[in-house]
Amino acid sequence: MDSIQQLKKLSNDIRIKSLLAIYNAKSGHPGGSLSVADILVFLYFGEMKVRSGEPDWIDRDRLVLSKGHACPALYAALVLKGYFPESDLNGLRKINHYLEGHPDVKIPGIDAPSGSLGMGLSQGLGMAMGARYTKRDFRTYVILGDGDMEEGSTWEAFMAAGHHKMDNLAAILDANKLQGENFVEKQMNYFPVIEKVSAFGWHTTEIDGHSFEQIRDALNEAKNTKEKPTFILAHTIKGKGVSFMENSKYWHGSVKMTDEELKRALEELEVKNE
Amino acid sequence: MNDLQFWNIGEKVSLREAFGRILVHEAKKRDDFVLFDADVAGGTGAKPFVQEFPERVMQFGIAEQNMMAAAGGFSDVGIIPVVSTFAVFGTMRAHEQFRTAIAYPNRNVKLCCSHSGVDVGPDGATAQMLEDLAIMRSIPSVTVVVPADANELMKIFPVILDKKGPVYMRIGRSPAPVIFSKNDKFEIGKATRVKEGKDATIIATGAMVARAIESAQILDKEGISVRVVNLSTIKPLDDKEILSAAKETGAIVTAEDHNVMGGMGSAVSQFIVENHPVSMKIIGVQDLFGKSGEPEELAEYFGLTGKHLCKAVEEILNRKGAK
Repeated sequence: MDSIQQLKKLSNDIRIKSLLAIYNAKSGHPGGSLSVADILVFLYFGEMKVRSGEPDWIDRDRLVLSKGHACPALYAALVLKGYFPESDLNGLRKINHYLEGHPDVKIPGIDAPSGSLGMGLSQGLGMAMGARYTKRDFRTYVILGDGDMEEGSTWEAFMAAGHHKMDNLAAILDANKLQGENFVEKQMNYFPVIEKVSAFGWHTTEIDGHSFEQIRDALNEAKNTKEKPTFILAHTIKGKGVSFMENSKYWHGSVKMTDEELKRALEELEVKNE
Repeated sequence: MNDLQFWNIGEKVSLREAFGRILVHEAKKRDDFVLFDADVAGGTGAKPFVQEFPERVMQFGIAEQNMMAAAGGFSDVGIIPVVSTFAVFGTMRAHEQFRTAIAYPNRNVKLCCSHSGVDVGPDGATAQMLEDLAIMRSIPSVTVVVPADANELMKIFPVILDKKGPVYMRIGRSPAPVIFSKNDKFEIGKATRVKEGKDATIIATGAMVARAIESAQILDKEGISVRVVNLSTIKPLDDKEILSAAKETGAIVTAEDHNVMGGMGSAVSQFIVENHPVSMKIIGVQDLFGKSGEPEELAEYFGLTGKHLCKAVEEILNRKGAK
């Protein structure tokens, strides 16, 4: 594992690349990309067995970004892992390019299509069941967003994964508590969530989703938990790292960023990089 | 080696029984598929497989949306999920999961659904799936097949297992007359000419094929020569066979136990309009919901019997003659 200092630098880099890509695309979802960056960095640089030169390696660990709208951060992570060149990020959401506005399996390193909320945990469950059935020891990680928690099919997946005791599956909820149009608490409150998920037969834990130490410990706990899938409630801040984007529903998406806004955001992030 | 027992022509057999038989038969030969079930194996016909290969069953309970998206994820390890439930749940409840988590990434999943059409019978409107062909054929990359009888289903199943990518197979519920023998072949995208004829063609699918044959035999006696084509692949269409029906007989009646909106008749008419316009009549359920009743009573009620097909052919020939 890279040192915490290195991970922080990678996170910051992902945030910068995400914002540049969204700026170039003239649309996209900055808030959720910034909130999930640290989780993605730890998974790719501290946790998962993957091979960037062999994206379809059958024994790789799987990652499903169920909150697919945050894919600029995922694409940036894949760039840092060497799946495709950084310059490709300029093609995000463009007609003549392969970097779709939401994850598509034709993109190297993408394990599942997403963007339609509520399908990620089910797909991850299927992957975990496939691993068990074929006696492979890869693990499957699903990153959920607040919106996923309001879709009924996510709860079908919680029920089935608990029932089948899928201990090779971990779900991490990037709980920034802001959905498309309002705070979760005002729009459709799915909390308390730990009690609900644990009632479905999951091992649960609650962390600061911007602390690499806590992400690391929670994922270790998941690996050591037998007969139960693990649910990690990761408290995060929407727009994390850019002061004027933090905790603001305005920066959910699809936002056309002005030159001035981009400049201010990058200044803040680049200061942190030093 | 080949212990697969086919039925005799003329026997009445539920296609669900054939589904169970072929699942078990293929499972003995190959270990590359599993069954995804949502607590309805007794209803879909998959029960014998569940009894013989319990370790190859992925159970999801009554939660089809999760089952469908999970099938998409599961397929990535190279094992084929055969997802089986009632058509209304498989093609409607979990439709978006099928589209986004299976068809869009072109995953190797076979969706095999029973309980299609008013052929479902007494369970009534909520269980009678009359819109599945329309919604499944409108998804890119999906192959859509409809066996006409138990023997054809057993020919189709191994072929769709070998066809990479998403496939939807529509399976009837009630006993249907066996038309095809074990020697008949099935190829995806290839229709079968069941009877020759020169005045008109009935293109039928599923449970309607037997009724089409019945009506053609009646019309023969009246001196009207009707060709009957079994269109068991709805997508991709057999362009060649449909084109020769249009060119050689000049009149086409389509017959399906499905809403006339968007189904097989719509697919054929779209092709005909673009390639070789001839007079057509589309027989099916006339944009109505189903209802309870015995399958044969419902066929009468919704205008799907051999008698209705005879009338349709006569109508269309009058139109053709009037030109």
